[in-house]
Amino acid sequence: MIRDITLGQFYPADSVLHRLDPRVKLTGTLVYVISLFLFQSYIGYLVATAFLVSMIVLSRVPVSFMFKGLKAVFILILVTGLLNVFLTPGRELVTFWKITITIEGLRMAGFMVLRIVYLIVGSSIMTLTTTPSSLTDGLEKGLGWLKFLKVPVHEIAMMMSIALTFIPVLLEETDRIIKAQQARGADFESGNLIRRIKALVPILVPLFVSAFRRANDLAIAMESRCYRGGEGRTKLYPLRYQGRDVAAYIVLAVYLAGTICVGILF
Amino acid sequence: MDLIKAKELIFEYVRRDKNGEVDGFKRAIDGISLSIKQGDFIAVLGANGSGKSTLAKHLNSLLHPTEGVVFVDGNDTADADKVWDIRKAVGMVFQNPENQMIGTIVEEDVAFAPENLGIESDRIKERVKESLDIVEMYEYRRSTPSKLSGGQKQRIAIAGVLAMHPKCIVLDEPTAMLDPEGRRDVIRAIRALNDVENITIILITHNMEEAIYANRIYVMDSGRIVMQGTPREVFSHVEELEQYRLSVPQVTRLAYDLRNAGLDIPPGILTRKELCEALCRS
Repeated sequence: MIRDITLGQFYPADSVLHRLDPRVKLTGTLVYVISLFLFQSYIGYLVATAFLVSMIVLSRVPVSFMFKGLKAVFILILVTGLLNVFLTPGRELVTFWKITITIEGLRMAGFMVLRIVYLIVGSSIMTLTTTPSSLTDGLEKGLGWLKFLKVPVHEIAMMMSIALTFIPVLLEETDRIIKAQQARGADFESGNLIRRIKALVPILVPLFVSAFRRANDLAIAMESRCYRGGEGRTKLYPLRYQGRDVAAYIVLAVYLAGTICVGILF
Repeated sequence: MDLIKAKELIFEYVRRDKNGEVDGFKRAIDGISLSIKQGDFIAVLGANGSGKSTLAKHLNSLLHPTEGVVFVDGNDTADADKVWDIRKAVGMVFQNPENQMIGTIVEEDVAFAPENLGIESDRIKERVKESLDIVEMYEYRRSTPSKLSGGQKQRIAIAGVLAMHPKCIVLDEPTAMLDPEGRRDVIRAIRALNDVENITIILITHNMEEAIYANRIYVMDSGRIVMQGTPREVFSHVEELEQYRLSVPQVTRLAYDLRNAGLDIPPGILTRKELCEALCRS
């Protein structure tokens, strides 16, 4: 069934990472991503690995979930690895026909693949431990300073959270339309690609019409509940930094300083 | 003082042709005057296109009169400075519960209105709890709305309006998309609001069985109020109602037919119990 699709990839559990303020997690992910580009040495990777492993342990999310995200980029990882193996100049290891594998090539490929894997696993930790709605909250509050640059932060966050609410509703609607069209003899399963794409038109048109109608209803409902933009709005659960968030920021700062040192020294 | 007062209200939709030129006007409301007091339970009946939803939108300042005036709690709905006071005083619940949900979980949705009013977090929590308690949905506060039934969603929508602490709630066919069970729950919640909380209810419906709980019924046709009175008064005019493409509750209809067949039954029977008593006496 189409409506069984899971939203985002939040994994409910009760861990320190789950309880952290979303702003900390957003910053943390950013810091980690940047840190991966700060060093080129084995020691650097050792530090990054240690950090990542401790986060995985702290998150209490099964490791298999962490690596799910890698499937989608498997080809990318493979291509990056191979290109690095074959195209890096340096000391020769093996040569056959016109292709030379160098020691530097192997080292480079290993580092690049690790880097991509760490990038993806690192950001999965954030999405696995943060609900979509607290992520939007975190973005709204964390990027609040952008308002001074005339970026409509509140509006963007509101749009994101409305989209999240309406995804299941529209999925259900799509399901209903597909069934209604099939009941009238529409065929979505046979024919070549172009025919199948054409068969989507009778699904998309009613879906768009209904989405616009829903949007109109929602806008009226929001206005009648006194919505007038982000100005002067309060929150049921406002984001407030706790002791653990401060601690997390300190850990992040130490980690970042550490990787910078490693980058300079080795 | 009247909570809601309309004087000679007229509203016209502008009809445009393909080029966006004004083609004509469609009069949706044609001279309505009414006054509603705090604590009233009003039912507005009418067939499709009779103008009842248009009237509802005037009470919330979503539409402004073409001619005439509407006062809500002493404020003119056409006064742009008073829009938020009016919307705070008169909450609206619409037909499709799915299209009114704003939060990803129930309590977020109920908190939406008080958040907009800028109420501080602790007070919002109290309001969310008290509103969900009234509609008996507090145990679902952490649920995702899409996992709830239609009747439950509609009760959440009512709680969302209640959290504004309105004086009046306008419900525009709130049960039209619900199954009988959901319908019963929603109507029970609405009656509790009126009885216990003394909130003015304006129920727009074309389900006659729901209208019998009102203390006053307005019947609309072609943008006019054509009949008004207590449920008993209105429902004793079966033929006149049929002329406006409306039926009467089943029991009332049966009583009417029996009366026509010569039995001694008073007009305007509303409940099964009344019919039983009348039959026993005759």
